[in-house]
Amino acid sequence: MRLQKISKTSFLIATTLLTLLITACYPDHNQSTFGPQGPVAKSQLDLFWWIFWGGLVVFVLVEGALVYAMIKFRVRSESDIPAQTHGNTRLEIIWTAIPALLLLIIMVPTINGLFYMYEAPKTTKPEHTLEAIGHQWWFEFRYPDPTNSEKEIVTANEVYIPVGYPVAINLESVDVIHSFWVPKLAGKTDMVPSEGNFMWFQADEPGEYYGQCAEYCGTSHANMKFKVIAVPEPDFKSWLQVQSNPALESSDPLVQEGAGVFKSAGCTGCHATKTVVNKGSKGRVGPNLAHVASRRNLAAGMLRNSDENGSVNAALLQKNLRTWLQDPNEVKPGNLMSSGAQVYTDPDKKLTEEQISQLVHYLSSLK
Amino acid sequence: MILKKKTLLIKEGSQLAQEHAAPIHGKDEGTTTGLSHRKMLMWAFLGSDCMFFGSLIATYLVYQGKSLEGPLPIDVFDIPVTSISTFVLLMSSMSMVLAYSALTKNNMKGFRIWMISTAIMGATFIGFQVYEFSSFANHHVEIDCVSPGELTKYEQHIFDDGCSSGEAHAESHEGLKPQTNLFGTTFYTLTGFHGAHVTLGIVWLLSLLLLSFKKGVITPEKNLDVDLAALYWHFVDVVWIVIFTVVYLFGVFPGF
Amino acid sequence: MSTFPISIPRPVHPTGIWGWFTTVDHKRIGILYGVTAFIMFLTGGVEAILMRVQLAGPELDIVSAAVFNQLFTMHGTTMIFLAVMPLSAAFFNFIIPLQIGARDVAFPRLNAFSYWTFLAGALMLKLSWIGGATDAGWFGYAPLTSVAQNPGTGIDFWIISLQILGIASLAASFNFIVTVINMRAPGMTMMRLPLFTWMSFITAILLVLAFPVITVALIELTFDRYFMFNFFNVANGGSVVLWQHLFWVFGHPEVYILILPAMGIVSEVLPVFSKKPLFGYKTVVLAGIIIAFMGWMVWSHHMFTVGLGAVANAVFTVTTMLIAVPTGIKVFNWLGTIWGGSIRFTTPMLFSLGFIAMFLMGGISGVMHAVSPSDAQQQDTYFIPAHLHYVLFGGAIMGILSGIFYWFPKYSGKMYSERQGKISFWLIMIGQNVTFFPMHFVGLDGMPRRIYTYADNMGWNFWNGVTTGGAFILVLGFLLVVDNIGRHWKNGEPAPSDPWDARTLEWSISSPPPEYNFEEIPIVRSLDAWWETKQGEAHKEVPASGGSGENGHDIHLPQPSYWPFVSAAGLFIAAYGVVFNDLLIPWGLAAIGLTIGFVGVYAWSLEPVNDPEEEDSTH
Repeated sequence: MRLQKISKTSFLIATTLLTLLITACYPDHNQSTFGPQGPVAKSQLDLFWWIFWGGLVVFVLVEGALVYAMIKFRVRSESDIPAQTHGNTRLEIIWTAIPALLLLIIMVPTINGLFYMYEAPKTTKPEHTLEAIGHQWWFEFRYPDPTNSEKEIVTANEVYIPVGYPVAINLESVDVIHSFWVPKLAGKTDMVPSEGNFMWFQADEPGEYYGQCAEYCGTSHANMKFKVIAVPEPDFKSWLQVQSNPALESSDPLVQEGAGVFKSAGCTGCHATKTVVNKGSKGRVGPNLAHVASRRNLAAGMLRNSDENGSVNAALLQKNLRTWLQDPNEVKPGNLMSSGAQVYTDPDKKLTEEQISQLVHYLSSLK
Repeated sequence: MILKKKTLLIKEGSQLAQEHAAPIHGKDEGTTTGLSHRKMLMWAFLGSDCMFFGSLIATYLVYQGKSLEGPLPIDVFDIPVTSISTFVLLMSSMSMVLAYSALTKNNMKGFRIWMISTAIMGATFIGFQVYEFSSFANHHVEIDCVSPGELTKYEQHIFDDGCSSGEAHAESHEGLKPQTNLFGTTFYTLTGFHGAHVTLGIVWLLSLLLLSFKKGVITPEKNLDVDLAALYWHFVDVVWIVIFTVVYLFGVFPGF
Repeated sequence: MSTFPISIPRPVHPTGIWGWFTTVDHKRIGILYGVTAFIMFLTGGVEAILMRVQLAGPELDIVSAAVFNQLFTMHGTTMIFLAVMPLSAAFFNFIIPLQIGARDVAFPRLNAFSYWTFLAGALMLKLSWIGGATDAGWFGYAPLTSVAQNPGTGIDFWIISLQILGIASLAASFNFIVTVINMRAPGMTMMRLPLFTWMSFITAILLVLAFPVITVALIELTFDRYFMFNFFNVANGGSVVLWQHLFWVFGHPEVYILILPAMGIVSEVLPVFSKKPLFGYKTVVLAGIIIAFMGWMVWSHHMFTVGLGAVANAVFTVTTMLIAVPTGIKVFNWLGTIWGGSIRFTTPMLFSLGFIAMFLMGGISGVMHAVSPSDAQQQDTYFIPAHLHYVLFGGAIMGILSGIFYWFPKYSGKMYSERQGKISFWLIMIGQNVTFFPMHFVGLDGMPRRIYTYADNMGWNFWNGVTTGGAFILVLGFLLVVDNIGRHWKNGEPAPSDPWDARTLEWSISSPPPEYNFEEIPIVRSLDAWWETKQGEAHKEVPASGGSGENGHDIHLPQPSYWPFVSAAGLFIAAYGVVFNDLLIPWGLAAIGLTIGFVGVYAWSLEPVNDPEEEDSTH
């Protein structure tokens, strides 16, 4: 009897601790799904909590019954033969009906949540309808040009959105299947070549939101990240304005030398420094670099240029540019630049330290 | 597996007998259902083969109407000709039935005649398939630019490409190959695998025919091998009926 | 003598290694499957450990990205096709004929063929590490598997191995379907079948229907890669989502193929060690059938994020949630089995109880995935490997371990060390939770799956370290298992025929059973026929199988044969010939292999089950 009481008590304590552990220790880091900052992510998390608590109750009840049975019905004497019960139809009907009913109940908010995430609000503006195109291993983003409906503004790896407005995204891919996932704002949707997918989300607070490709897409799948940067709408408009023009040309001779190397080394074959393109035109092989110096990260989220508060640190930027140019494969194994650009594949055409410095100067002028 | 009957000493009608799963009194005792193991195996295999062809047909249907370019069913199919080969294959099923029936009646000569008929008709079907495949692959189109007449979608492309600068004719020797478009890919794969099944069946039938000349291998009582081959042959025929309907007939009627 | 043109003598009572090559005895084939599959399981474990070491901390450089991507692909493919499925097959082979009161399976040579073909496929897959293994994930999504994206031979080896393994699985499944339907002892109706045999029967039917779908998908991929067909060629209108549909129409029934046999084992072990019958036998059987049936209606829950649209996702959400019902029924029936029983905590019982606990957790996270809006946050994150390892490791592997220990006396004739078994159970139980539970955390914390490294500032360092630690606890547990089984197989205490006081027919004969299994085929009058006999209830008696070997003279067993091995060898050569199709003569090696295979099959079909001279017609 005493043994049973101790077992029962310790079981209760263990369960309580476990529950506390699970619920109190849920993580909330940079890419966590537990820190939703927008309505879509919130609705998805709310559903999760419903299932979680329901599941926890089921877990405690069933595991509890299991542990209880193991303790209570353990063998006392080897010769014991317990009653050979073959079943109990009524009990079986009850424990079939109750789970079925519970599941049917959960289906209602589930289906609601489903349709909610698939239909962008009617208030979504056309100027907030973007395109995200997956490449191995970086993200291309296109914005409708507010001044010309036949044109789009191209950028890469950082997507600015206006706070408090629903943003619609059309998703595509040029090579394999990728997936667009920014956990704090919404669950993921795949970027499938030749099939246009659609998702929407909204950021309720300004901030920098971490995103990562979430469909295995080859060697550097782990290295394909992006940022969603939510700013107040006026700031969004002015950012887009800056983006639609090329960077201010610098008169610094070092920068101009760098611009020359950029051409002679063949970089322009894959990287554009003009951002306005025809709507629906084919993208370039490499990310647009028109305003690379204002980006908080390089190489699709691999190298950080900015301080905590988000502003770009010139020294960090230059260091990162240099790291990348010296050996892109170190940063992003298998990347197309290392395997395709002559300056990396042909030992005779290898970039000299001086050329790298000039390129760094040039690129860090593209604010 | 040969098991002496010592253990199955149960009187008919006794309580013990009733407590058993009553075996269907077929030719095979010693099996729980009375059916032979190998017959059951053949049915299980055919069930599996259903899923195989089902997946190929599903792929065909998913891609129906989605080819971006190249000849389409209406451009290459010759329904009258394929109807003949279909008829031949259907008749081969009938001759297969006659072969088995002859065997069970101890008419070995009749059995052999019908077996070879089946094989010949199967081979004829394959011959038609080979002819069809090669004619599709070599399909060429010539369009009179002045009075083209009614054009299919594919022909329209050729017209648009070739007649734009005042030529007399527009031509295409492209043909339909598996690499040409989705129709080519799915069509050749589906009908090719069917043809492979038929070919294997022909080999099987001819083997049985040869074996029937060896004493005691195939007899009116030992007819299971022929029975199994017949089952397989009929299955392959039924699959063709589905393919002919879904691929050929539906392919050329407007609205599909 | 055979009717083959060239007279090739049949092996007559071969011994030693030739005995193993030509065996058609289901018990030997079961052991071949079990040992081979267990070794493959260990190789999959090595692949896992290498991954865990690489992920123990952020931005480590233990293995390169390219190697890591091969590791996770090979680990998944190995565990599913080379470990769990053939371990289940080992039990199908050894146990099913014994449980239904038969002397062998319906097609003994086909049985041997399925083993040798499995070995061929397994070797081909593992050897593909040389020269670069496949690295597109175990479900190989197009167009990552296209020849443009993946020009090497890795994908080709993966494709062809899976096709070979498919042939092996199909052959085995056909065999077991016919065996279970057609070779039951008199009186053994379907509703008196032991649960393990029932679940295995359902699994075989699932296999027979599901495998052809992946066969077609792989053929289509092969044609795209080798002959530039357009099945998944986006440039020519092909759809990469078609691959996903075909794969998962196979893939979802496949996971039930993985779990049902283990559930069958648990349903045997719990009653024996509670000394009570299975609670609600009919319901458990029905639940198994319903799961198998509904398993065909849920496949697109693997594709919730690929953009099928709200309606399709809603339908599959509903069907997926509903399949939790029959699964839950089984869990409750298992609880009902031990409730009121007299529970002995032997090693097999511990593993079966552990199965219930772990599978339940996996089932709950499964329901979380079923809810497709929240799945949008979970898909392709570590939350999925958390779920799948709870059901496949905590479920299938634990169930299989339960079977390995439960039937150990029967297949080895010896007793294992109970103490060592219990210690290994606790190590594995603790290890499993320390390894896989934290994956729930990092998954919901934003860590995608299939990444070879992660940044330092994501907050994932701690739990990844814990997971890696847990993996090493598992290694320890399995080392103890290997030692326990290996040592005692050779040197253990001889086992009696019924060490557990069990319930089903395999325990009514010696450990290990004689070659012919039963001296007299038993006549079955009830469920749990052996138990009923022991309780001495005369009207339900099974005639005792004892007595001298006098009856043994009348028993004719299927004779050994070379042809299954030859046919499988031909297939193996042909498989390499498909991948290396441009050696001296294009497709030459494949032709040679096919010819050998054809000769093997032809000779096999002409060879009688037993040579006429062997039959003594005097009795």
